[in-house]
Amino acid sequence: MVRMRRSLFLIVSFVVCTAVQAVAVSVVSASDLDSLTHQFNLNEVEVTARRREEPVIPVQKLSGSRLQALSTQSVADAVRYFSGVQIKDYGGVGSMKTIDVRSMGSNHLGVFYDGIEIGNAQNGTVDLGKFSMDNIEEIALYNGQKSEIFQPAKDYGSAGTLYLKTRRPRFNDGKTYNLSITMKAGTFGLANPSILYEQKLTESIHLSANAEYTYAHGRYHFRYRRVLPNGTVAWDTTAVRHNGDVQAGRAEVGVFGYLPEGKWHIKGYYYQSEKGIPGAIVNNVWTNSQRQWDRNAFVQGNFTQRVTRGYDVQVNAKYSNDRMRYLNPDTTLMYIDNVFTQQEVYLSMAHRVALLGQNSVFRNIDHSTRQYIEMVNWDISLSADWQWNYLDGNLANFVFPERNTVLAAAATQVYWKYLKAQASVLGTFIFDKIHQPTLTTPTAYKQKPQFTPAVFLSYQPVLREEFFLRAYYKRIFRMPTFNDLYYTDVGNISLLPEYTTQYDGGVQYDKRWQDGVCRAVSVKADGYFNQVKNKIVAIPKGNGQYRWQMMNLGYVEIRGCDINASTTFDLTHDVLLTVAAAYTYQKAQDLTDPNEMTYGGQIAYIPWHSGSATVNMMWRGLSVNYAFVYVGERYHNSANIPANHEQPWYTHDVSISYDLPTRPRLHFAIEINNLLNQQYDIILNYPMPGINGKGIIRITI
Amino acid sequence: MIAFVHRLLSASAFSLLSATAVLFTSCRHDEPVIPVEEEQHGDTVRNEITGFYLLNEGNMGSNKATLDYYDYATATYSRNIYAEANPDVPKELGDVGNDLKIYGSRMYAVINCSNKVEVLDARTCRRIGQVDIPNCRYITFDGQYAYVSSYAGPVSTDASRAQIGYVARIDTADLQINGTCLVGYQPDELAVANGKLYVANSGGYMQPDYDSTVSVIDLATFTEAKRITVAKNLWRVRADKYGKLWVSSRGDYYNTPAKLYCIDPHTDQVTDSLDVAVSAMDIVGDSLYACATAWDYIRYEDVVTYTIINTRTHETLNRNFITDGTETQIQKPYCVKVNPLTRDIYVSDAKNYVNPGMLHCYAPDGTLKWSVRTGDIPAQIAFLTQSRHHAITR
Repeated sequence: MVRMRRSLFLIVSFVVCTAVQAVAVSVVSASDLDSLTHQFNLNEVEVTARRREEPVIPVQKLSGSRLQALSTQSVADAVRYFSGVQIKDYGGVGSMKTIDVRSMGSNHLGVFYDGIEIGNAQNGTVDLGKFSMDNIEEIALYNGQKSEIFQPAKDYGSAGTLYLKTRRPRFNDGKTYNLSITMKAGTFGLANPSILYEQKLTESIHLSANAEYTYAHGRYHFRYRRVLPNGTVAWDTTAVRHNGDVQAGRAEVGVFGYLPEGKWHIKGYYYQSEKGIPGAIVNNVWTNSQRQWDRNAFVQGNFTQRVTRGYDVQVNAKYSNDRMRYLNPDTTLMYIDNVFTQQEVYLSMAHRVALLGQNSVFRNIDHSTRQYIEMVNWDISLSADWQWNYLDGNLANFVFPERNTVLAAAATQVYWKYLKAQASVLGTFIFDKIHQPTLTTPTAYKQKPQFTPAVFLSYQPVLREEFFLRAYYKRIFRMPTFNDLYYTDVGNISLLPEYTTQYDGGVQYDKRWQDGVCRAVSVKADGYFNQVKNKIVAIPKGNGQYRWQMMNLGYVEIRGCDINASTTFDLTHDVLLTVAAAYTYQKAQDLTDPNEMTYGGQIAYIPWHSGSATVNMMWRGLSVNYAFVYVGERYHNSANIPANHEQPWYTHDVSISYDLPTRPRLHFAIEINNLLNQQYDIILNYPMPGINGKGIIRITI
Repeated sequence: MIAFVHRLLSASAFSLLSATAVLFTSCRHDEPVIPVEEEQHGDTVRNEITGFYLLNEGNMGSNKATLDYYDYATATYSRNIYAEANPDVPKELGDVGNDLKIYGSRMYAVINCSNKVEVLDARTCRRIGQVDIPNCRYITFDGQYAYVSSYAGPVSTDASRAQIGYVARIDTADLQINGTCLVGYQPDELAVANGKLYVANSGGYMQPDYDSTVSVIDLATFTEAKRITVAKNLWRVRADKYGKLWVSSRGDYYNTPAKLYCIDPHTDQVTDSLDVAVSAMDIVGDSLYACATAWDYIRYEDVVTYTIINTRTHETLNRNFITDGTETQIQKPYCVKVNPLTRDIYVSDAKNYVNPGMLHCYAPDGTLKWSVRTGDIPAQIAFLTQSRHHAITR
């Protein structure tokens, strides 16, 4: 009852918020348009320039000092602060961490590293726990797709997209090199040294080299307890999480080139790790012994060039080679020693032409027409990608799947007065080949060509105000993975793609002041409706225990809203205070089968309410940060019965850092996470760590 | 006007922040022992069989092996009774409940992934103790001993890493293992007939090179006396009232279909084979009730059969013992059990192994009497009889 009342209050508050915003919207729309148009004409050039930067599509970004202030070990830890995101974390430094954006499933999220997607043709899962925050400068999450039309066709190909951007070399005060050495150490036996070296090879060619080593024994105490209805303890057990050790090395080298009308970069990446898989804690089993080895290597490059005024071209290329070994040495279970190697080759070319606007390709036009043309910015783009994937494995009856993917995208973008619009269509053509051990020639499977559209609109009613109304529609799919289609006995070659359709409407308001106490306010709110059709699920088949078959059976509808708000105060004595909050409401219903009790139930592990809040206070070199993450009650199955109920969890993290402005520069930080030592599971039977901490020292020369 | 808008929006930003603050007070509380849920189903029946337990397997890693109980006297179905009956046991019954039998006044639950046989008081469901056996599968009894099959025998040192299974002999008096006997690969069910123990070896870890033998163990010496070659991937073995053994083969899921075999324990020969797929079976009187799912690679769905075989004549009496068309409600029949006194038929539905299952009760004529939601993957049923009940209370 108490909870109900709280939820009710929450809903009421939310409705009030939205209503206020709606009123605001109508007020603006009804305001005197004439004078605004007048202003627009006066400041046309400036306005156009500024509007170009403003994304059509909502983006959530963490970068710079705010990112540094949050205590994050892996990318997954940072992504928790975004709205609409649910993290699946199996606990510990080395454990698998995936994210699910707006409940569409983690396979619908595209993860891009320095502009090129990290693929996993085998099972579609990108483990964000493997990506260290050490050299990441910015994390950006786009619902739908990136607000850009000059991009590879692949960037249109996911329902949500996460961009991880590593640091680009920057040289201040005439320096020709930078060197920075960092040491992090903390609980779980964490030792995490890293080094970054940047060298100005020539004025226009810069080199960056970065290496990192991570070790953790991964042990931590966890506690499970149950109480009787009268409040007395039924049982209370504390144990140590074992087999969560990790050892990982990462090395990256990048060369960045700057041309008069373009730029290029090449990057090599190598990651290798060995880790224990701590496993589920069940009755009579308090430790597990499974191991996993990963080796990921890739080389990728980008070349962007302005060919002529109004016409730009970019080329992207990548080769990756990923090896994964899984070992179950536990003789009480089936012995497994599997090795999989994946290879990927990727080539992409994208073109953008500015048809109308200041940078239009049409130069030789008379002055009056030109003025008219510059009223409107109209760009079109075309991009084409080719990708080849191959999976090698040592399983019995393995079919060595091979895939050729051709992606072609056409997109257009119009900025006209108050309106910005983007539209794109993506064509996907997939050709698979499998090599059955019994057959001498490979078998070819051509997947049905897919065409998927997206439309994005943004409207700025008042030109002087950073107030935007926006909406988007996007239809996209995920292809069945190699495992879905061809895994021995489980795969189903007749699987169709899993489609998502997104409808989103939202508002955004930003305001900055040059003086006063309150320096900035930003509010974003989006409501959305998503459908996931043909959801690929495993169903039991035939005679025997736990034999599965992949089928296109599921249907899920998601209704939700994401709200973000932040504000910055300039208090006296150089104290800067930033408060940010994100809130997500999601109703994600399993509507697969009306005859099942799961019909209409909230899908597994999706909370109705979740959110985060961060408070950061900066005073000269000192930064104090507090972060709170909240995930409300959930069920671990879409049968929403007491036996499947999962409690809310929430963590308080604090960190303090200090920068000494000496030469060389020194940076110290202390982080304490889960300050109140909450004992919780995100995934059933995978206990998360209690209070933990870390110290950081960085020296920059 | 703009200033007004701005003020409104700032206000909404702060009300949002306060709303978030309110939300965050929706806190964790102490995790309660999951309470028993009771439902009334069917009519009250009074005879020697006072009720039955149902063991829910629970998907691997979920630690959701649970016990349900149906009481005939009150026609009450009680879901998830173990936790309340044993509130002091950390992490409750365990992970993957594979077999359940009542012997004497005690009930034995074989909890596969918790590597233990849980021993309970059959009447109160109170825990008496546990016997640790890694990867334990099925249990049977003879005299003062319980016999439990296990996959976790020695692993061969060669590249195949083949792992032989064994049978553990437990003294029911002190719940100690007092002997083990190696058998074939991945042994599943076992049954006693003619003074010998018969163990169905599956070889399930060795796909596609399944085992195809039944191990015959001499009970007096507790050593493997011989192997009988039957068919690939054996699973169930049950003795009928004529002393014959019925052994099911899962086949290889491709070219070799699932079948049912009959072994004469006096000659240790396979005497008959029937083209009947068996996932679950129960023998009552002269009737062998079997249900099975066979995967149809053309239609990409399961084909389900509910069969009755006469154990005396070996004739298939009925290809669908559910007569009122309600079998369409069953997605994945997982367990069949027949009340020997009333001849009511119980068929459980494991659904998709992740959602809660169902238990359906059919009258002897095959018409649906009632249905109830169970735990996850309802797998085994054991009847509780009054005489045993008395044995306890006396």
